[in-house]
Amino acid sequence: MTTATDLLPAARGGTGTRTGGRRFGAFRLFGGQSSGGESAAKRVQFASPFLPYLFLAPQLAIIFIFFYWPSVQAIQSSFYLEDPFGFGSTFVGMTNYTDVLKSGEYLGIARFTAVFTALVTFFALSIGLLLAVKADGVIRGNAAYKTLLIWVYAIAPPVAGLIGMMFFDQHIGPIVELARWFGWDIKVGLNYFDTAFSMVVVSVWKQIPYNFIFFLSGLQGIPVSVREAAAIDCSSGFRRFWTVILPLLAPTAFFLLIINVTYALFDTFGAIDVMVKDKAANNPITLVYKVYMDGFRGNDLGGSSAQSVILMLIVFVLTIFQFRFIERRVHYN
Amino acid sequence: MFKKFTLAALTLAFSATSSLAATNITWWHGMAGRNGEVINEVSKKFNEAQSACALTPVSKGTYEEALASGIAAFRSGEQPNILQVFDAGAATIINAKGAVIPAEDLIIKAGHNFDRNAFIDGVRYFYADSEGKFVGMPFNSSAPIMYINDEALKKAGVEAPKTWEEFEAAAPKLKEAGYIPLVQSQLTWQFTENFFSRNNIQFATNNNGYDAVVDTELKVTDPNLVMMFDKLKAWKDEGYFAFYGAGWNDNQKVFEEGKAAFWIGSSGSFGGLQKTAQMPFSATFLPYWGSIKGAGTNSFIGGAALFAMSGKSDEENKCVADFFQFLTSPEIQYFYHKATGYVAITKAAYELAQKDGYYKEKPVAEVGIKQLMLPAGDWSKGYRLGFYPQIREIMEREYGRIFSGETTVKDAFDTIEKEGNELLARFAKTAG
Repeated sequence: MTTATDLLPAARGGTGTRTGGRRFGAFRLFGGQSSGGESAAKRVQFASPFLPYLFLAPQLAIIFIFFYWPSVQAIQSSFYLEDPFGFGSTFVGMTNYTDVLKSGEYLGIARFTAVFTALVTFFALSIGLLLAVKADGVIRGNAAYKTLLIWVYAIAPPVAGLIGMMFFDQHIGPIVELARWFGWDIKVGLNYFDTAFSMVVVSVWKQIPYNFIFFLSGLQGIPVSVREAAAIDCSSGFRRFWTVILPLLAPTAFFLLIINVTYALFDTFGAIDVMVKDKAANNPITLVYKVYMDGFRGNDLGGSSAQSVILMLIVFVLTIFQFRFIERRVHYN
Repeated sequence: MFKKFTLAALTLAFSATSSLAATNITWWHGMAGRNGEVINEVSKKFNEAQSACALTPVSKGTYEEALASGIAAFRSGEQPNILQVFDAGAATIINAKGAVIPAEDLIIKAGHNFDRNAFIDGVRYFYADSEGKFVGMPFNSSAPIMYINDEALKKAGVEAPKTWEEFEAAAPKLKEAGYIPLVQSQLTWQFTENFFSRNNIQFATNNNGYDAVVDTELKVTDPNLVMMFDKLKAWKDEGYFAFYGAGWNDNQKVFEEGKAAFWIGSSGSFGGLQKTAQMPFSATFLPYWGSIKGAGTNSFIGGAALFAMSGKSDEENKCVADFFQFLTSPEIQYFYHKATGYVAITKAAYELAQKDGYYKEKPVAEVGIKQLMLPAGDWSKGYRLGFYPQIREIMEREYGRIFSGETTVKDAFDTIEKEGNELLARFAKTAG
């Protein structure tokens, strides 16, 4: 099994060959600033100065075609009001932006997105970590435990969303029945808070196995000698975890933090779509779902482009923040 | 060996030429499940009926997805010959001058006759321009009708209401008998758009948006509409009306299980309901208010229409015209009506179904078409509003807030009118 700690330096240092555009592109972009501990890696000299660029070309081409080009187009069309079929477009300057930012509705969605992202990230990470620590401690039958916790990850996201949805169905959902016992009448699709609650639960539930796998492999990468030394020094299991194990897990946790924030912002789209059944109505939605609603359902290309540019800026700022302020506190061994 | 090879090559060449001889046309639609299968059957019937054209139907998911893919394809010059567009998206495609060839022009150019009067009244105006020329070809058409739980009525000893006043009088008895008196599945279509049509009240300025795009404004703060929602809210508080959110099926389900007395659904729901309803049911028209003068007119047509996309060769356009002609023939209309529950759109098809005794056997199937054939009023012909899918989303949001107690009816309609008019003004700029 490839462990998370194997993957991390590669994703961070920029010499690795991990595929994928966006997330890892961001890693490269800012990774250089704090990559002091890389002297151990061998420097490779190329005969021709153009050769490395040639090797990079396929990946750069993919990033350019699927990321930069659409971004440039989105920025361009965010300044226009356009007939969807492309017959006429009027230059409107910043109107699309001011319309969106003045709208109380949009700001409400932004606020919900922030809370939703924080909750999903926090619970998915902490529950994943808890399960990993517990599963790591199990000696008898640990393979069965681990498999049971991991296999959920193999379920396709839409299927997982549908299963999650069924748990919360107004008429047949078992969780709804259970909550009724306690006097809570859950009405997904009707009550803002109830829908938000079920969205968070389903999104967290889907992400736990992923975090579990990485945390578990991170834990297994911690040398036995370190653990033994800690056990001799300190008798409290909780303190050992807090002062020794957790700092050693920090690189994994940091990597997962970024992945989980991106997950909550973008990849929860499917779960939300299933949850609101195609009709957002007065239910909470996230910013990316709003882009979809205005652009693909409402055919307002200018407005939804402006929204996606705003979203792009948010992710940009967030990534800078994470690498500037959080990664400083992370120590790679 | 060589012989075999030549033979194979020859057969291939022949089959290739024979399929080359037919003009290929494509049809993108947004129907799934049984309704999608019926589209394949209709296409097969067309391909078997003639040899000059070969029609290929392609499902693009939902209505919204079909429209979005059609737009994306048009922008890159890869548009299909025929695109199915739903009622709320009609303004988007019709106002994009040059995106489509009006169905009427296409059919006449192909040498067929086109008689607007052959279509039933409720169908004639919705997809037409302000002069009445057919731009889209009405295809799957439906009307919002009221389904009735026969058992509930018998138990409570009440009659099916024609007006909301009659409903109000019957509701306490139904509640006493242990039923939820009323549920519905789409407040936008059934209680807003068709509130205006059934009660013959103006929905928007500029002749409901038909006459111009610029300065078209919603009139949803109309006191009658506000009254309707005040009533719904009061009914809900008294237990005469139950609301399960904006999802269609969550609301339909209580009726299927026999827990509700009346359900406002679509005439197109009939096919499915026959399989899922756990009790005997019948249907009647969507109620109106007896207190509103001139009310009781026909409802707007729901469902979707077919649009012939521009930028295609004359040969292909001829095939599209032939197909539209084929589609409106009484036999095909009757077949489609029976297979799906959508209404027949021509008078001849309606007569054929009557003559065949279909409505004696299935009286519910006739309710939708009869409601569309009711006398038309000034404001029951249709509406043409840009960015309308988004306006519907605003309505859904505000209606949800009304029933969860987050806002008042008055404030909700003020918000809908304000935000809706902002969208209409934006749309006017895109079309300009």
